[in-house]
Amino acid sequence: MNTPLSWIKAYVPELDVTEQEYMDGMTLSGSKVETIENLGENLEKIVVGKINKIERHPDADKLVVCQVQITEEGEEVQIVTGAQNVLEGQLVPVVLDGGRVATNHDGEKVPGGVKIKKGKLRGVPSFGMMCSIVELGSSKDFYPDAVDGIYILSDNEAYKDAKIGSDVAEVLGLRDTVVEYEITSNRVDCFGVLGLAREAAATFRKPFVPPVIKVTGNDENASDYISVDVQDTDLCSRYIARVVKNIKIGPSPEWMQRRLANAGIRPINNLVDITNYVMEELGQPMHAYDLSTVEGNKIVVRRANDGETFTTLDGQERNVDSSMLMICDENKAIGIAGIMGGENSMITDEVQTVLFEAACFDGTNIRHTGKKLGMRTDAQAKFEKDLDPNTAEEAINRACQLIEELGVGEVVGGMVDVYPVKRGPKYIDFTPDRINQLLGTDIDEATMLSYFEKIDLGYDADKKQVIVPSWRQDLECMADLAEEVARFYGYDKIPVSLPSGQATAGKISFKASIEDIARDVAEQFGFNESMNYSFESPKVFDKLLIDENDKVRETVTIMNPLGEDYSIMRTLPLNGMLSSLSTNFNHRNKNVRLYEIANIYVPKALPLTELPDERTQFSLGMYGEGDFFTMKGVVEEFLEKCGLKKLITYNPKAGKNFLHPGRQAEIIYDGVVVGYLGEVHPVVAQNYSIKDRVNVAVIDMPEIVSRATFDVKYQGVAKFPSVTRDISLMMKKEVMVGEIEEVIRKCGGKLLESYHLFDIYEGSQIAEGYKSVAYSISFKASDRTLEDKDVTPVMEKIVKTLEGMGIEQRK
Amino acid sequence: MKAKLQKIMDDALARINASEQMETLNEIKVSFLGKKGELTSVLKSMKDVAPEDRPMVGQLVNDARNVIESKLEEKRAKFEKAALELKLQNETIDVTLPAKKPMVGHRHPNTKVLEEVKKIFVGMGYEVVEGPEVEYDYYNFEALNIPANHPAKDEQDTFYINSNILLRTQTSGVQVHEMEKGKLPIRMIAPGRVFRSDEVDATHSPSFHQIEGLVIDKNVTFADLKGTLEQFAMELFGPETKVKFRPHHFQFTEPSAEVDVSCFKCGGKGCRFCKGEGWIEILGCGMVHPNVLKMSGIDPEEYSGFAFGVGLERIALLKYEIDDMRLLYENDYRFLKQF
Repeated sequence: MNTPLSWIKAYVPELDVTEQEYMDGMTLSGSKVETIENLGENLEKIVVGKINKIERHPDADKLVVCQVQITEEGEEVQIVTGAQNVLEGQLVPVVLDGGRVATNHDGEKVPGGVKIKKGKLRGVPSFGMMCSIVELGSSKDFYPDAVDGIYILSDNEAYKDAKIGSDVAEVLGLRDTVVEYEITSNRVDCFGVLGLAREAAATFRKPFVPPVIKVTGNDENASDYISVDVQDTDLCSRYIARVVKNIKIGPSPEWMQRRLANAGIRPINNLVDITNYVMEELGQPMHAYDLSTVEGNKIVVRRANDGETFTTLDGQERNVDSSMLMICDENKAIGIAGIMGGENSMITDEVQTVLFEAACFDGTNIRHTGKKLGMRTDAQAKFEKDLDPNTAEEAINRACQLIEELGVGEVVGGMVDVYPVKRGPKYIDFTPDRINQLLGTDIDEATMLSYFEKIDLGYDADKKQVIVPSWRQDLECMADLAEEVARFYGYDKIPVSLPSGQATAGKISFKASIEDIARDVAEQFGFNESMNYSFESPKVFDKLLIDENDKVRETVTIMNPLGEDYSIMRTLPLNGMLSSLSTNFNHRNKNVRLYEIANIYVPKALPLTELPDERTQFSLGMYGEGDFFTMKGVVEEFLEKCGLKKLITYNPKAGKNFLHPGRQAEIIYDGVVVGYLGEVHPVVAQNYSIKDRVNVAVIDMPEIVSRATFDVKYQGVAKFPSVTRDISLMMKKEVMVGEIEEVIRKCGGKLLESYHLFDIYEGSQIAEGYKSVAYSISFKASDRTLEDKDVTPVMEKIVKTLEGMGIEQRK
Repeated sequence: MKAKLQKIMDDALARINASEQMETLNEIKVSFLGKKGELTSVLKSMKDVAPEDRPMVGQLVNDARNVIESKLEEKRAKFEKAALELKLQNETIDVTLPAKKPMVGHRHPNTKVLEEVKKIFVGMGYEVVEGPEVEYDYYNFEALNIPANHPAKDEQDTFYINSNILLRTQTSGVQVHEMEKGKLPIRMIAPGRVFRSDEVDATHSPSFHQIEGLVIDKNVTFADLKGTLEQFAMELFGPETKVKFRPHHFQFTEPSAEVDVSCFKCGGKGCRFCKGEGWIEILGCGMVHPNVLKMSGIDPEEYSGFAFGVGLERIALLKYEIDDMRLLYENDYRFLKQF
């Protein structure tokens, strides 16, 4: 909502605050001021001048030398100009030496404006400049009488008697400030100048003086000209028609043009300007039809038929359907309700009799219709907010009053008004104690009532009820009244305290603390946290070589995505990870390690009837330094930090197509798959344009959270030394060391303390297809020092078992 | 005898003084104090001394021995000290060579801010909870006093899965889940991802994070809301921070407010950062609307509460002076490593 401050002041005449005070005051009472623009900000030392004499420039064909009178006393300056449209005797805007205009020579606005200095043009001194409407910071849109070249003030009826030497910006109404407000959707009343003026009056405690709306009209009755049949009252709660005859189309008066122009609305003609003016003033859109085009002298308000087309007054053909409300005559549609009139009934300069419409349409329906048609008109924007049907009556009477005052036509008496369910005021119990209790204040009853009075809320002292007029539809209960009190008392004056009730213990969830461990561990290993979108393209499954019938292809799908690339909720965290690694690879970042903790969305059944399972995934990815075992280290460190002390095993048959077939594993804890890791399949890496080996790990966090524990019991420190034996083994290459370790654990029994692999060798010293592996195995007992006779049998058992598997001890 | 001993001692001391290295000291020790050393030989010749003089001679020998030994020791210490000094000098390093640091990762700026926020509220007795990102329409809208067809629903540009299930546009639905549990009082914050169909640009993202806050108890007031958020702002942005509450409108709170903090770059004087206003908008809040309480089974006559919602990215962008929101989701290493 953009409104010139001058218009507000017209209804709050005693308003006397600086721009800054206005801005702050209105913002703190709830009408947030977004911006203020001083229209004449960069116009300095520009006066009304009279061209007394024009002579040819001695040395330039395209220049003339003007003697311009700049004071009433007759002081003249010489100005050289190339403008073609100046004549002796005209009044023109003159920038004096040292003055400023809004634009440069190309007509572009320059912050701070452009300074004009005296100088010489082809040898002839010039002491200033005459200017165009553009140089005054406006345009022909807002000053329709302006021509190319110098703006000739004396050609405009309103300015022809301007005082020579007076400030041109003042004369042209440019000493005004345009205020842009952010009006919240609940304050329908503030989408009109009057509503804002009422707020301003209440905010600054000045009298509010709205225009007195008089019902005008001749002795005839509108019902003799027109009848109205509202068939779909669910979408149209009120429809008022009035008639104006003997229309004389012409420009509207300057004061109206200026108010509209400063509000950013282009003046067109008196009739259009009046409807726009009333829409700005009261927030009620109106429409004017040429009555001669309305067949049967009848207005029918009904839904459109499916498959119907309709041409709006902008010449566009629109496909309308039965969800949309149309304004029709006896035979045809003549407008799309609340959005735009039809070409077939539009006002032309030849119009004789006008039918004015002020109605109240269902906001949701208008919004949906506009969306479907891809239209967004000013009228629509207002109707969408659900207007007050009572304002329609005021608006149409205000328009007719202006028609009469401006001599645009003869207003026919009476109105045709279809208003089946009247909306009256609302009553809210006034409970000052509860208001104070909610706000934490101690404001007395009389003060509260004085605030209400300023914004035209009534009060029934007997029933102790606040009477809310219909244009304040947003007020419904005590809490709403509390806000009205708070706004005018001042949010800043409300005291500051802390909740005083029962103490509560602050805490984070167990899940969150596990996630924090994941972050700590990942970062300790050099991984940086990344964040990716939750939605992605269905094409990622092909990119990741996922089987056609793999369950992960069953996704939660967005009905109205930003595009196919953002249309499914991810069921795998890998696409985000690989895309991020790819970005880094493209940016030539070396040795990149990323992790992410975020959800995947697994539907329980499709189509979705209940919410999907949101599973938090801890995913890691890296290229550059490090390999599969680096990643394995991160995984094991994480599980260990989560108190998962049992053995972690790895199943190399993870079955992940997107991973290297020989370098992948499921991570198994206590018999349950808790995640997987591996090197990304080279084809997949290529699909993401990463020309390096990429390793990833994904841990399904719910499985960790359900098993994690922070219970630690002191195990004691060994009192007796341990005994260590080394063993060197020879086996086929395919044998996994995990199998050996399983044997060591099984045969080691209670005495086994630890084991570790200290050498692995393949090469010329041993037979082709074989490898050598060496372990160091430690034994200990808690009650004595072990002797050979304790350890030897265990070692023999290990060796024997391994032999049974074809694994030989190297002597 | 006495003269002989004196001579031996003088000889020994002269040689000790003249010695220049550790090895020489050993030789001296052997030649005077060793088994075949000069002093030892004097002792050996004791049998030639008259018995009554023996104690006196013995004493003299011992004295000589002590003197020589202590001189030897003195000299040895000197040599050792010199040797150590030399060694240390040779071990001098160039301390300006580069440091060795382990490659340690960094948290995402969003997470860093969230951790700060969590710490502040946990300290004030709030529980950190979560709610579903794919949510029922009821929790995202209806239970928050935004009935079907309400324009506020359209304003939020919701991604729908079907007519009943959507991607939450706000974390406010978590309020309802918590209230429905029926455990009062409530003091919670709920951080999480939210989604709105905004095209990606420098200031918009279809996916971002909010932190919802909710307090429900007896006699909770707007003054409590002000006090709580003022404390939060001062802890997050510094003790000098000023806080401004402006009336605003949200469907699920009444009265409602938007909160500005004094610009933490210029302290409120107005700068490029706060677009010259001196204030920066950081959150929306208000007293929980009685309709919302009722729908969640809480009696608004008995209980009241306040709620607030903070945009996490907004704070992160402001706090770290990041000028383009896209950077937060691009995951460029050169960006991530700065936090």
